[in-house]
Amino acid sequence: MPEPHAYSKSIRPKGEALVWFTGMGLGVGILLIAGLLAVILKNGLSMFWPDTIYQVELVEGATAGPTNGKDFAGAIALERYKRLQEEGVRLTREFQFFTGNKDAYGQMYHFVDSDQILRDASGKPRFTPADGILQLERIEFGDALGYPVAIDLADGSSITEPDALRSTLFETIEASNERLKAYTKIERQQIGRINSRMESIRLEQRALRDELGAAAAESSDRMQKLTAQREALQLKYNDLAAEARALRDRRAEDSVRLRLPSGEERRIGFDNITQAHFPNEMSLPDKVGFFFRQIWRFVSEDPREANTEGGIFPAIFGTFVMTLLMSIAVMPFGVVAAIYLREYASQGVIVRAVRISVNNLAGVPSIVYGVFGLGFFVYVLGGSIDELFFSKRLPTATFGTGGILWASLTLALMTVPVVIVATEEALSAVPRGMREAALACGASKWQTIQRIVLPASAPGILTGLILAMARGAGEVAPLMLVGVVKLAPTLPLDGAFPFFHLDRKFMHLGFHIYDLAFQSPDSDAAKPMVFATTLLLIVLVIVLNLSAITLRNHLRRKYKGDTF
Amino acid sequence: MSQETTTTSQKEDFEPFIQIKDDYNFWYGSAQVLFDLNLNIPKKQVTAFIGPSGCGKSTLLRSINRMNDLIEGIVHKGDITIGGQSIYDPALEVISLRKRIGMVFQKYNPFPKSIYENIVFSLRIAGRNRRSELDEVVERSLRGAALWDEVKDRLHESALSMSGGQMQRLCIARAIANSPEVLLMDEPCSALDPIATGKVEELIHELKKEYTIVIVTHNMQQAARVSDRTAFFYLGKLIEYDITDTIFMNPKNDQTEAYVSGRFG
Ligand SMILES: Nc1ncnc2c1ncn2[C@@H]1O[C@H](COP(=O)(O)OP(=O)(O)OP(=O)(O)O)[C@@H](O)[C@H]1O
Ligand SMILES: [Mg+2]
Repeated sequence: MPEPHAYSKSIRPKGEALVWFTGMGLGVGILLIAGLLAVILKNGLSMFWPDTIYQVELVEGATAGPTNGKDFAGAIALERYKRLQEEGVRLTREFQFFTGNKDAYGQMYHFVDSDQILRDASGKPRFTPADGILQLERIEFGDALGYPVAIDLADGSSITEPDALRSTLFETIEASNERLKAYTKIERQQIGRINSRMESIRLEQRALRDELGAAAAESSDRMQKLTAQREALQLKYNDLAAEARALRDRRAEDSVRLRLPSGEERRIGFDNITQAHFPNEMSLPDKVGFFFRQIWRFVSEDPREANTEGGIFPAIFGTFVMTLLMSIAVMPFGVVAAIYLREYASQGVIVRAVRISVNNLAGVPSIVYGVFGLGFFVYVLGGSIDELFFSKRLPTATFGTGGILWASLTLALMTVPVVIVATEEALSAVPRGMREAALACGASKWQTIQRIVLPASAPGILTGLILAMARGAGEVAPLMLVGVVKLAPTLPLDGAFPFFHLDRKFMHLGFHIYDLAFQSPDSDAAKPMVFATTLLLIVLVIVLNLSAITLRNHLRRKYKGDTF
Repeated sequence: MSQETTTTSQKEDFEPFIQIKDDYNFWYGSAQVLFDLNLNIPKKQVTAFIGPSGCGKSTLLRSINRMNDLIEGIVHKGDITIGGQSIYDPALEVISLRKRIGMVFQKYNPFPKSIYENIVFSLRIAGRNRRSELDEVVERSLRGAALWDEVKDRLHESALSMSGGQMQRLCIARAIANSPEVLLMDEPCSALDPIATGKVEELIHELKKEYTIVIVTHNMQQAARVSDRTAFFYLGKLIEYDITDTIFMNPKNDQTEAYVSGRFG
């Protein structure tokens, strides 16, 4: 007979080691994720903070720096140790400086060994904040760093007195930006509208020629009317183009002269300047304001300079619209399939095989879906749509090339297993009593599913959608085949009829990250952008998920009671 | 054959409404759970099914509105008629059959909707959406289930915010909303406290003026209090079926006697 209280002999709880083990697993996981997020957060946000610019003096005979040994100014971007191979292995410190002035120095970032830098009394490299240095954000060549010498205005006057110079600088930038806005508006909206009208006239004329034959068409009333219309439009176009050009040229007539920290003087036209600040003279509130303004510009502006400058608004918008379209496509498909599988199909070998296949589909590499999307959606479906509905525009493809619709459908296909599995789970979790109650009330099977089972399983279905969105929004590989581009001239949604352009190519945050990190000419200059873009992609996914989770919790409260 | 096992009173001085006849047998797959049943249930009276757990009371009850159809592999032999019409008549749709029969389950199962929507569910699925009609049905059903005064100010709140007893009465209200002819109740009070049970029992008394009620119960006192006739089942067989007073005061069968006096079961 076993001893009655055998278990109480040892007071040490059993399984303690395992508990530690599982706890450690969780801890390591959380640590990794937190570390990753911290790195992204720090690097991503530091891009927007106005760094202090230091004047760096080099030792006698130094060869480092942007202008081979001459003094320069820059912000410290990185400080690290590197291994030198000479006379054994020696560790030495090096700094990476952001020096700007790509047009003068060739690159915006420069590495300098610490022993090339003049030291102060305590033996540390000496960095003195550059007094009165001006940082200009430019459309081309990245930022400029230098000491303002004079502003030469269009009327021939030159301003050199420091205080007047400063106020004129900011005023001129503002006026110049107004002109930029004005001519972009003309070019984008008015000229864009004229272009699309002219294109439709051209198509109509072509159709007329096809219909009547070239000679007969030329003499028809309709054709003459169209030609007249086109000529009128052309005149209007010329006027607008001239107006825009005048505004554009006017901007270039003002310019600022800078003395670069390395000594030489440069002239920069205001057509190239988007913003100016004096980084070393900013108070903390100034810096904070500047920081948030920069973040706003980053999320709201178009990219420039091969995407390494400017904002990423089109990529955010593209990712958002694509994820939304994908959700709209994946939901009905997944839910309908799951309803059939769970509720109607007789649960035999075939259904089990289908279920296993669906689960395995979730493990197929995403690039395979991309290839399928290209082959099926773009070439077969898109090609047929073009033949049927857009034959006039051929050989220019409309739907027969990658676009946001095909990209969304490809991702929907990729994520549909997730939705099916989650929906099936949710359907089977609806209590049998609830179904029986509905049936006992005289509901048909479909009515029961539609009115009782589906609403009750909505939270579970939404969980599936959340997972699908998280997977879809971060996916890049298949998109490269079915419609993502490095730079899209237009958004998928705009003011031109029919407003929603499903055929357009689009930009995507994930692809943007890849493009910046591996395809840009100046990888040092692109690095902060990579982090900032990553941060935004994460934020976007979190926002999408949070809204779905909020919706789910709302439904849960509605459909699950907690009283007994 | 059934004469050997079933004891019934000689005089059936009522007009049968539900008839279980032709030696009704029932199988789940290969397991037979009901054996050679013949039973006439009177109109507008309360009939109680009693018997030890697993003897097939629920199975028989769920056969009457064909709820068992949901289960795969069921087989039956014999027939059940309601008002003279066979429930297995191929011309009869299961849905229209169920519309004539209200059912209250052992565990209350309100829909995750408002109180109002719970009650009008059976009307809505029949396409009856006229507001005035729905309002009237809600009030009549809730009054019928003695719940009106408690919930009349919160009709559009979730049904899941009610107490257990209220939820069970809501399920009764839902079952009578469509004015069925028959009300089937499978242990309607098993999840309720004595006060709520009392209310439901009072309710049954009221309801039998209009409905033919069949109730399954494990509570002998309850069967004695609410029912006019009682059927005692044992291992899938109908042992004794008679006026309730006779079953409890003067049972003819020894097993019945033992069961109602609490000596086994
Ligand atoms: N879905 C089913 N499949 C197979 N067997 C079943 C099923 N439902 C019930 N049974 C069996 O049928 C028999 C009768 O079950 P039933 O639920 O009718 O008993 P009951 O009299 O209602 O019991 P209780 O008083 O415990 O509710 C039991 O032996 C049970 O195991
Ligand atoms: Mg039962």
